[in-house]
Amino acid sequence: MELIQQLVNGISLGSIYALIALGYTMVYGIVKLINFAHGDVFMVGSFVGFYSITVLDLSFIPALLISMIVCAIFGVLIERIAYKPLRNATRIAALITAIGVSLLIENGLIYIRGAQPEAYPNDVLPMDKLDILGVSISSQSILILSVSIILMIILQFVVHKTKIGKAMRAVSFDSEAATLMGINVNNTISATFAIGSALAGAAGVIFGIYYIKIEPLMGVLPGLKAFVAAVLGGIGIIPGAMVGGLLLGVIEALVSAAGYSLWRDGVAFIVLILILIFLPQGLFGKNKREKV
Amino acid sequence: MLKIEDINVYYGNIQALKGVTMEINEGEIVTLIGANGAGKSTLLKTISGLLKPKQGKVLFEEGSIGGKAAQSIVKMGISHVPEGRRVFANMTVAENLELGAYLRKDKEGIKKDMEKVYELFPRLLERIKQQAGTLSGGEQQMLAMGRALMAKPRLLLLDEPSMGLAPLLVKQIFNIIQEISEAGTTILLVEQNANLALSIADRAYVVETGRIVLSGNADELTSSEEIKMAYLGGH
Repeated sequence: MELIQQLVNGISLGSIYALIALGYTMVYGIVKLINFAHGDVFMVGSFVGFYSITVLDLSFIPALLISMIVCAIFGVLIERIAYKPLRNATRIAALITAIGVSLLIENGLIYIRGAQPEAYPNDVLPMDKLDILGVSISSQSILILSVSIILMIILQFVVHKTKIGKAMRAVSFDSEAATLMGINVNNTISATFAIGSALAGAAGVIFGIYYIKIEPLMGVLPGLKAFVAAVLGGIGIIPGAMVGGLLLGVIEALVSAAGYSLWRDGVAFIVLILILIFLPQGLFGKNKREKV
Repeated sequence: MLKIEDINVYYGNIQALKGVTMEINEGEIVTLIGANGAGKSTLLKTISGLLKPKQGKVLFEEGSIGGKAAQSIVKMGISHVPEGRRVFANMTVAENLELGAYLRKDKEGIKKDMEKVYELFPRLLERIKQQAGTLSGGEQQMLAMGRALMAKPRLLLLDEPSMGLAPLLVKQIFNIIQEISEAGTTILLVEQNANLALSIADRAYVVETGRIVLSGNADELTSSEEIKMAYLGGH
């Protein structure tokens, strides 16, 4: 029963990784950039959620929505200000810029409000213990998991059924050909940043509710792990990010359950190294050959 | 319909088009012939807005389009079928066609035009749910052309539609180009196979190293000794 409880923990943590990983993978898919500032968007989302709940006295859903909207705008601003001027620059230049943006956000927030941590109030969501087949699961975990799943379903719908989703897929496949269809590539890239950042914002609020403590550098480690999750699933592939995130969360929970909780973070990066050596295209990636 | 006046186009520091002037009248099939690297594709890319001319004018129905964003040029009625088809391989045939109509809002009209495309290319109808990447080269060419037609262009730019296709398919594609022309769309065709291109064209321009060196009616050019020697495998 202990094992099943750990699995539930792993899936909850994994769904947070998955939400962040989606932003990594969507942005990579469309501009071929690993947006290392993405973990910090997650952190900003967590703080926006925190202030919405404590200062504005909002409940979970409105706080979640406000955080998603603020992060969407924030993500678009980052793209327009920092990455767009580098659209035709080398990939390493954009990558270094992303790291710079990440440091700027972290230290900017510390400058504005200080480095001290905050604690999410613990009454945001009901904390009942549900007994399911002898396993006690908190109602919180179930709510968090449902919210994550709903967001992922909405994302799938947007990407596959809406016009902007089709434009996103077209631009990520061949941006010049997409231009010839009349698709505005810049707007499509902005929309991608907006959606990815909104998901990171949601992940930030969920993280705060689940783990209570938030601080300006909280985005670094989950950000890196979400990157591992995106690579694990196959970078640029949306279902891959979902599965990669959940898998990584479960792996970490199992490592903890086996009594090696100090090794948890290390194992995540061992996964990255193993994937890069043995399956660099990821679980869902096709090993495609360049066509001439 | 389209007027190009003395344009210079560069790739970085390399000048790809040098003072090109040409004209296309409504309803014509005009072809550009010339060797690899002569600048034919560059000219198409300049018309569709993928490249911007450094000097000179591109006029479409009396309005200047030189330097406009590609998406607004599509909206004005120019569609470009690029070299190498460039279909969205990760999407289905139907989705590719829908993307062709990206800027249109008239749902009924889009539906009707999609039916027209399927009538023109029955092969696409058979493969409607298939990923474009799984189609054969000829089918991908049909899809690329159908996708461009979905924008309801008045001027269609075709870049090497015969490339890499079996002779029978090439003939089929060229028949369809004629059908599209007869339905009222003006066509600018870039083609390596000069014989074939001249056989369906009204007029032609010969491009050599970024310059137009010769132009005239297609039948005049077909019988010109110079053209025969250089492009038609003359005897």
